[in-house]
Amino acid sequence: MSDTVIKVENISKFYQLGLINHGTLAKDLQGWWAKIRGKEDPNSQVSLLNSQNNNAGSDFIYALKDVSFDVKQGEVLGIIGANGAGKSTLLKILSRVTSPTSGCIKIKGRIGSLLEVGTGFHPELTGRENIYLNGAILGMRKHEIDKKLDEIIDFSGVEKFIDTPVKRYSSGMYVRLAFAVAAHLDPEILVVDEVLAVGDAEFQKKALGKMQDVSRGEGRTVLFVSHNMAAVRQLCKKAVVLDNGQIVMSGQTDEAVDCYLKSTQMEKTSNYFVVTDEYRDKGHAQDVSFVSFKLLKKDLCYSCNEPITIQIKLHANKDCKDCHINCTIWNAEKQPVGSVVSFDGFKIEKDEDKLVEYTIKNPGLAAGMYTYSISVGSGDITTGLTIFDAVRDFMTFEIDRLDDSKYFTVWAKSWGSIYLQSTTREIK
Amino acid sequence: MSEKENWTTIITPKNKFFRLNLKELWQYRDLISSFVKRDFTATYKQTILGPLWFFIQPIFTTIMFLIVFGNIAKIPTDGIPQVLFYMNGIILWNYFSKCLLSTSNTFVGNAGIFKKVYFSRLTIPVSNVISALVQFAIQFSLFIIIFISYKIYDADLRLSLAIFAVPLFVLQMAVLGLGIGLIITSLTTKYRDLTYLVGFAVQLWMYATPIVYPLSMVPDKWRSLYMMNPVVPILESFKHAFFSTGMPSVTEYGISVTTTIFLLFAGIFVFNFVEKNFVDTV
Repeated sequence: MSDTVIKVENISKFYQLGLINHGTLAKDLQGWWAKIRGKEDPNSQVSLLNSQNNNAGSDFIYALKDVSFDVKQGEVLGIIGANGAGKSTLLKILSRVTSPTSGCIKIKGRIGSLLEVGTGFHPELTGRENIYLNGAILGMRKHEIDKKLDEIIDFSGVEKFIDTPVKRYSSGMYVRLAFAVAAHLDPEILVVDEVLAVGDAEFQKKALGKMQDVSRGEGRTVLFVSHNMAAVRQLCKKAVVLDNGQIVMSGQTDEAVDCYLKSTQMEKTSNYFVVTDEYRDKGHAQDVSFVSFKLLKKDLCYSCNEPITIQIKLHANKDCKDCHINCTIWNAEKQPVGSVVSFDGFKIEKDEDKLVEYTIKNPGLAAGMYTYSISVGSGDITTGLTIFDAVRDFMTFEIDRLDDSKYFTVWAKSWGSIYLQSTTREIK
Repeated sequence: MSEKENWTTIITPKNKFFRLNLKELWQYRDLISSFVKRDFTATYKQTILGPLWFFIQPIFTTIMFLIVFGNIAKIPTDGIPQVLFYMNGIILWNYFSKCLLSTSNTFVGNAGIFKKVYFSRLTIPVSNVISALVQFAIQFSLFIIIFISYKIYDADLRLSLAIFAVPLFVLQMAVLGLGIGLIITSLTTKYRDLTYLVGFAVQLWMYATPIVYPLSMVPDKWRSLYMMNPVVPILESFKHAFFSTGMPSVTEYGISVTTTIFLLFAGIFVFNFVEKNFVDTV
């Protein structure tokens, strides 16, 4: 079945940099007149052809370049990419906020966009009035809103304040109400951008759940743009990775997310790392500070329970009798996985350089890329901590196998980041 | 599968040369009514007098004109009671200028929403014109009340048959304001100067119309030029409806109607042209 509902064909979009006109009306008219007669604008500095290769001197920049893909009925497609990769431009074109420079998009069904929630909210109007206004802006008919009003109010959790002007709402209430309206839109195709960055944890869960319902239960087609890789993984079956306005890869979500993560911040660093000020957390006393780190394994690949040993060089600016090194490990989605708060301290004297070997004994991590942030301080979890210096997730490593002989072939992201150990004993 | 391609929306780089998408506008009728409602509830929230402001504005302007032009400058009003003469002009002119000014702010004033969501862009100017119409209706009823009270004391006031055409005069004012506003708003996406210029220009324009002085004061040799101003025949006819003063000739009115229609189409044309990509330049 090829139930294609969105067909994007060779979409390009370029933006003009700098001034958007020639500065004077006279020159604009001259250029316009030339165009009418089919000649080239005498005042144009760059012709279209020259700018095709996006070189630095050009006055045009391609936000999207020759992008094509299809989306099928009921599919939840993630669109991921670094800032400036063209995601938002693509969504803007899809939701008809702006039009492409060339190419063509064919769509079956009504598109509802959630580019940013709360669009058109009027501060003087009450929550209820704003539901109607916002709903209408998003393309809902009045009777549709009437039918869903209770559901929307309930979902937003602001029923107490529904007849208060929204200018007196807290920002969280405002956003929740806005999302509630948007979430109850009934378009065949839903375009969502970054909405999950709002609200508290509970509301985020609710929002994610709603999106899942929309895509799974109701068979709606959803285009989802987010930096939250965990959410993309949870919601999307397929994903498209954009980079510099072009599609780098499109395929199953897990592969696409990995491809994106590898291509950006998760590039493996070398095993040796010199700490400079730009990597340090600001505001620590630096009684003792980091000089460098060295992971003993050159390829930075570990097995599940292999001890991870780091050689750490420290420099002391003051005496410290009881120094501890603590470490937090983060997964590729930037969620903390676990921390070590060590009990075995060491002594360091003023102006002394010390080399210590720090080992995380049995990390028990599952397959994936990880980063670690590390800090040095005094005290422990029983006495309280004072941090002297901290360096945050710039160093990466990878877990790729169970032990020296068995490699991970299956590890779904939804299983988490810890590989728990078990025993199974037959009793009878 | 060789399914018959029945796409509901096709997004291409350029709009058709002339595309007045009334069907789409109709789909957004609920939005238009929401905007109109918003304009009313939001404008007078947290004011003590609330909707009374609709009355205060024309009353004060009339009093001002009465003092400055009627009593200090002693400009005649062709035998029409001064209060009625000024008010008649002011309310219709107010309607026109409100249509023009709010429409000319469509793109710049709503860039925030336009950048986020697509809806028929024409909903904004259309809802503005309707909001202004409601305001006009309120002020018009005030005028009628004053007119009737004058009529009781002064039998000399004679309505003319043109009274039945009043809705048409109002409609033409709306169309004219809309047309000019659409042209200006399309240009403001590129030349922001117009935003400042337009408020000023509308103010000056009022003095080129017979609101504070009667048409009879315009010298005969200038009259044909003066009547080229499309607003003048409408205002004169509106006055004629209530006071049976002189009517503009058919030619004069014909020019005004032609100009109005031309400006409306020109407005829709440039609006269409700008609509699709203005987000990138505004």
